[in-house]
Amino acid sequence: MSNATKRKNRAGRRSPLATVALLAIGLLSTGGAYALISGGTAEAQSDINSQQMIDEGEKLFSANCASCHGLNLEGSESGPSLIGVGAASVDFQVGTGRMPLAQQGPQGEEKPEQFTDEQTKALAAYVASLGPGPGLPDPRYLDGEGDAANGSELFRINCAMCHNVAGAGGALTEGKYAPAIDATPAHIYEAMVIGPQNMPVFNDANLSPEDKRDIITYLEFNRESPSPGGYVLGSLGPVAEGLFAWFFGLGAIVAIAVWLTAKSN
Amino acid sequence: MSTTTEPKRTRTSSYTAAAANYIDERTTISAVVKEFGRKIFPDHWSFMLGEVALYSFVVILLTGTFLTFFYDPSMAETHYEGSYVPLKGVEMSVAMASTLDISFDIRGGLLIRQIHHWGALLFIAATGLHMLRVFFTGTFRKPRELNWVIGFGLFILAMGEGFTGYSLPDDLLSGNGLRIIEGLVMGIPVIGTWISFLLFGGEFPGTAIVGRLYTLHILLLPAVLVALLALHLVFVVVHKHTQFAGPGRTNENVLGVPILPTFAAKAGGFFFIVFGVIVVMATFFAINPIWNYGPYDPSPVSAGTQPDWYIGFADGALRLIPPGLEIEFLNRTWSFNILIPMVALGAIIVLPMIYPFLEHWITRDNREHHIADRPRNAPTRTGIGAAGVTFYGVLWAAASSDLIATHFDLAMEHVIHFLQAAAILGPVVAYLITKRVCLALMKKDREIALHGIESGRIVKLPGGEFIEVHEQLDDYDRWKLVSYNDYAPLMIRPNSRGKITAATRVRAGLSRWFFEDRIAPVTRRDVELSHGEHHAAAAIEGEHQSAIGADRNRH
Repeated sequence: MSNATKRKNRAGRRSPLATVALLAIGLLSTGGAYALISGGTAEAQSDINSQQMIDEGEKLFSANCASCHGLNLEGSESGPSLIGVGAASVDFQVGTGRMPLAQQGPQGEEKPEQFTDEQTKALAAYVASLGPGPGLPDPRYLDGEGDAANGSELFRINCAMCHNVAGAGGALTEGKYAPAIDATPAHIYEAMVIGPQNMPVFNDANLSPEDKRDIITYLEFNRESPSPGGYVLGSLGPVAEGLFAWFFGLGAIVAIAVWLTAKSN
Repeated sequence: MSTTTEPKRTRTSSYTAAAANYIDERTTISAVVKEFGRKIFPDHWSFMLGEVALYSFVVILLTGTFLTFFYDPSMAETHYEGSYVPLKGVEMSVAMASTLDISFDIRGGLLIRQIHHWGALLFIAATGLHMLRVFFTGTFRKPRELNWVIGFGLFILAMGEGFTGYSLPDDLLSGNGLRIIEGLVMGIPVIGTWISFLLFGGEFPGTAIVGRLYTLHILLLPAVLVALLALHLVFVVVHKHTQFAGPGRTNENVLGVPILPTFAAKAGGFFFIVFGVIVVMATFFAINPIWNYGPYDPSPVSAGTQPDWYIGFADGALRLIPPGLEIEFLNRTWSFNILIPMVALGAIIVLPMIYPFLEHWITRDNREHHIADRPRNAPTRTGIGAAGVTFYGVLWAAASSDLIATHFDLAMEHVIHFLQAAAILGPVVAYLITKRVCLALMKKDREIALHGIESGRIVKLPGGEFIEVHEQLDDYDRWKLVSYNDYAPLMIRPNSRGKITAATRVRAGLSRWFFEDRIAPVTRRDVELSHGEHHAAAAIEGEHQSAIGADRNRH
């Protein structure tokens, strides 16, 4: 590094190239250092039950969650008790940005996450430490290598009535809704296990972990393979198609008809 | 405009002439060609909507024929072994499997399927818009009442074609649609259950319905549709085309281009434009992705399950009817939550169909009408039309109540309750507002016809007074504003036996409702008077200052 600077010095410290190089070196070293540090924490992440994680989670919980859920997870008028909800629940609710709530409403809306993955895991560790509940999913069920055909059938039977056959979401009563499914495999799995908000619980007796893996496989297939028919118009079915036929199809043709008849005048 | 002169037949006739002569001598087709070929088409974009419907129907016929080559209307159970991975090995009907094969394993199959479906949506949409044009311009009046009824029959057949076709893939979405139809049929008192069992060949869904719908879809309905379509077109030729009022356009003539050769060439080009638009839609936009819906199974229902748009009003009626309207009577359940929507749907179909006869009964207008009304010049009819469109539109919107709720962050109950109120109040409000707007527009037209257009040019008179110059219309433009029929409410008169019947009273009442509020068309004398008055009345009539000023400025 010192050699490089010397060479730059020789070329003239005030050359514009010097600034660029300095900037590059600075960014690289900062990035490198950050990568080292975060790499270190990635290792720590795997051990979710370490006392360090739990302590970290407790601090975060007291600062961000306790005002509604209580200092000891006992809950309050504005939020339910979290004893026994498990790490899966915390990872889903916080990891998808639903918690902390943006506002009180019919249901917690998805928004950009407030916490880093590490902080989320720490919160999960803390909540899990105070009462047993569903843990984080086993990665082997999240690989998307299951049976997509079985998954599609299970999805239609168990999920499509609220989430729509294409996972585009749908309405529930009183302003609640089933959101469009665009979550990570882990979050989809956790949602099935914990039944967040208005969703029912699909426990392992109902849908075995392999079934859940198949469903995730089907959803991943849908997400990754291009639509065979072209642009899907939101996957909303005949309403979107009808609007499109009227406004684009008939609209275009009427515009052409107006143009054709205007020419002769 | 259409002065095609028959070229004199020369002896040195070519092969074509000889062939034409051969055919004509044996079929006398020249009379037909002459009649059809000399039909005059006035130029107005709204007169092309019926053509759009016709052309999309041709597109549907062509693509539908292709689909029949590969589609198998069997409800026998099979396991899908085609190339779409997420359905491999899934149990389904042969109908569904063959539709998937068309989509994934037959070259061009998916494109043709999508052209067929988009074409169908466009066909019925164009038909609907064409009907609105005919209604709002009053061109269903004598002599065209019967053709209106035939056209309405075409519209109903088109919806039938659409619904039977929608059900053929035997996917989850269409199965749910059939289930709703079954529920509707079951709701008919006394005979409902029998009809349902007859229709489905037993308990729903059975193994017969897809094959039966297929026969209807490709045989009976298209045959009747084509026959009625031909009749519709013959009537269009027999009646001559209507036209909007304009210089030289009278009730006795038609101004435009003849079918042969100009219009035929233009129409041929337009056919390919319509075809092209449908193909563009089918190429880039997916429609009815049955691979997402999967095979029909009576247990699952997808969120956002809707019929295609033209059946939406029926779905909406079922969604809007409040729950719990069932009574037990004579040991049977009477489901008024089915019967009331059915009556509403019947009204939506029947009332517009017989409207020409209702209006005729009220107006007693036995004249032939070949000049299309401007909608504003028939305020009550336009108001009635707006009310009908509003009612239909509310039911239509109700079919997407769940999507309205999710996409506008509303509660579904609020959407439903709003639409329930709108279904009842909306038509009334739409009628009142539309009628008033029409009358206001007529007033505006009268004002313009009499006094000209505000030019925005402010002139200072020698006396120091400022006036805005009004520009007078030329005769062509004024013609469009002043030529419409004037009606007056019928008087109650006793009949030959000196009695005033109840029907007469009703008719007089309706006639008053129809024509009480009206703006009389400007007559030649009105125009002359308004010009003459300017000078005489200048001193007293402050109201006419501007127009007067304009004239003074001109002279």
